[in-house]
Amino acid sequence: MLIFSVFKTLTDQQVTVELKNDLSITGVLKSVDQFLNIRLDNIKVLDEARHPHMMAVKNCFIRGSVVRYVQLPPESVDTQLLEDATRRESAAQTKR
Amino acid sequence: MDTSSAIQEPFDLIRLSLSERVFVKLRGDRELSGILHAYDGHMNLILSDVEETILIVDQADGAGEGQPTVNMAKRKMDMLFVRGDGVILVSPPSR
Repeated sequence: MLIFSVFKTLTDQQVTVELKNDLSITGVLKSVDQFLNIRLDNIKVLDEARHPHMMAVKNCFIRGSVVRYVQLPPESVDTQLLEDATRRESAAQTKR
Repeated sequence: MDTSSAIQEPFDLIRLSLSERVFVKLRGDRELSGILHAYDGHMNLILSDVEETILIVDQADGAGEGQPTVNMAKRKMDMLFVRGDGVILVSPPSR
């Protein structure tokens, strides 16, 4: 739930999603759900020469399970807030 | 050491590594070193100041003889979300 909230705060920001098949897609994060499925607008594929079939694609939905990494804009991530929220969530988990 | 008394379950080891540099081993011969800022029960991670090392093993074409050559590719990323299903281990900083 915590990571889901983080992604929600990053909507309308530019992110780079790296998939497990090594395809990297940069685009504007339009929405995210609890499975960390991601919708990107205005996409651009890194290394277009290797993936010419992606050239015409302007926006896409990415299934959460095929994501390896998401590169986030560092200036829009409050690391202190993240660490506090993580401690709070792990404390809540142990209590159950 | 008061750290051992604070460790009750495996995730506590990761909790105590928050805001410290950790080593992460991933599927696909990838390793990361970065400062841990967040994680969850799936071992999804958020790291900053990350260096990724990819090991590319090229088996010499004459199979069976000779050492396979191992190439190392490194790259740096500022802020990175890592999906938990690729994580093999998270290790706290060496002290």
